[in-house]
Amino acid sequence: MSLPDDPPASAVQIKRKRSRFELGLTGIALLIPIALFVIVLFLGQYAWQAIGFNGIRFIGTIDWSLGNLYMNPVVTRGYSVPLGANYGILAFIVGTLFSSFLALLFALPVAVGTAIFLAEAVPERLRPALSLLVELVAVVPSVVFGLWGIYVLAPLISHYIGPGITAVLGFIPFFNIHNSTGSGFGLLAAAIVLALMITPIIATTLYDALRQVPRELRESAVALGATRFEVVIKTMLPTVRVTLVGGVVLGLGRALGETMAVLMVSGGALNYLPKTLFTPISTMAAFILSQLDSALGDPTNMAVKSLAEIALVLFLITLAVNALARVIVRGATFVRNV
Amino acid sequence: MSVTFEAAAPKRSSLERRRVIISAIGWGLCGFAFLLVAVPLLDLVLTIVIKGASAFSITLFTTSSNGVKGGLLAAIVGTAVLSLGSLVFAVPIGVGAGLYLSEYGQNRLGSVIRFLSDTLTGMPSVVLGYFSYITMVIGFGWQFSALAGSITLAIMIVPYLARITELSLQRVPVAMREAAFALGAQERTVAFRVVLSAGLPGVITGVLLGLAISVGETAPLIYTAGWSNYVWNGKFIHQPIGYLTYVIWTFIDQPYKSAHALAFAAALLVMLVVLAINIGVRIVLRPKV
Repeated sequence: MSLPDDPPASAVQIKRKRSRFELGLTGIALLIPIALFVIVLFLGQYAWQAIGFNGIRFIGTIDWSLGNLYMNPVVTRGYSVPLGANYGILAFIVGTLFSSFLALLFALPVAVGTAIFLAEAVPERLRPALSLLVELVAVVPSVVFGLWGIYVLAPLISHYIGPGITAVLGFIPFFNIHNSTGSGFGLLAAAIVLALMITPIIATTLYDALRQVPRELRESAVALGATRFEVVIKTMLPTVRVTLVGGVVLGLGRALGETMAVLMVSGGALNYLPKTLFTPISTMAAFILSQLDSALGDPTNMAVKSLAEIALVLFLITLAVNALARVIVRGATFVRNV
Repeated sequence: MSVTFEAAAPKRSSLERRRVIISAIGWGLCGFAFLLVAVPLLDLVLTIVIKGASAFSITLFTTSSNGVKGGLLAAIVGTAVLSLGSLVFAVPIGVGAGLYLSEYGQNRLGSVIRFLSDTLTGMPSVVLGYFSYITMVIGFGWQFSALAGSITLAIMIVPYLARITELSLQRVPVAMREAAFALGAQERTVAFRVVLSAGLPGVITGVLLGLAISVGETAPLIYTAGWSNYVWNGKFIHQPIGYLTYVIWTFIDQPYKSAHALAFAAALLVMLVVLAINIGVRIVLRPKV
């Protein structure tokens, strides 16, 4: 904050001296940025050799192979690795993006409908209970969603949803369950579980914004003869669209990094791209978790380091997405308050 | 262009009728969307309660599993150790950071920390687990251990705790601080005895929510805490430890009925803690918000 004309330096000696207490608290608070920094630093340092060895093949090939672990390592491209080792994660990148965007596709309309229902259609008395129900979906542990996915959702897809979709859209190979194993574990199951997990995030963000739309806007729309639904859709939704976008990006960040539930219902594909909605897939997060055990069998450690590279890439992606979401949501609140 | 407002107006133009019908369909779709969220949750809770409760017995709490059957004693103890252990690290740091953000954080540094804290919240837990694996488990040579697991969980909880603490401390009226300073109180006294004690309910809420998160987490623990069939023997390093969410994840893949029953029993225990904390916190806080 600069004053229009600065007084002479001797006059501005009122700058507050920071107490030791404040400095101590600052030190504690700084642990949070430090943690973030250290995580990036160590992952990067650990993955360094893998980054050098893999190069562009890392994101350009779909072949993840540990190579021959029973032979002595050979020197390939200047690094000592098992013979035939290649660490390509394209299949997992595709799996991650595909399942997340499909989840968004499911979640967005459901979340918008839910938010409108809670904010506008529910009697005041019921609202706390029903919005609690939606909020609780967000706190169910990922692994419990996975359990439900294995026990309820996968059989449901295998027996009802899959054949149903096939009956309607089966002439398109992508929607035909007979082109897959038909077990129910796969892209669709992962996307549905992810959609369930991110719907409450989007819905509550939108719900809060809808509750804050100025009364005057509503009243003017009603005065123009709009039905109540038209008031919501044509007047209120446009005013909160930035917040909605922020909520969607926030949900995307969650979906990209989700691990346990996806690992349990995605079928755990390796080295191929999904050909149908029902094909098993693997995501980057799930792959890190499921592959560390076998990667440890590599005496050169290159496999473990390549997993660190996946973690680093995943971290940077979610970091960017989350930062974007915060900027959007914050910008939206800022505009609304002014 | 005169528009009648009475819903029961005898004559409606075709345009009006269409608008009313579209609106009705719209409300119907919104209600259906709500059901799409609510029904899976109710089904999930119901499935887990029914399948889990039928596996409940005394031996569930008094014996440990041997891989496919037995009880959950080791896992229950392990979850308690890991979660409470994580709070030991997370509460001082999280509350301290929240105190800083609320009392001294109205500046550039404060907004940077706030922003990075929110960003840390969105970090995939498996990435954090991998980080802990290469630093604590391998680097420090702790191996799979309660300490590595607790610290990993703590890193997850701290940002939540910091932000919830900040929000609740900011609700404490400025006048209370001014009154305390006017009486000659030190900064430390004002922070702890006035601000923190007035905002304590909110801080406790944050701690409980952090507890719920740590009880339900799996991914960051698999490569930090490991797994053990035996009850925790009191060692913090060089000793893997069991926990409930691991049971859910692995036992459901076993081809035995007894293993499935244990998975559902573990899921029920985890859900009981998570739902009790979350519902309790919201019911207690609702009148004030």
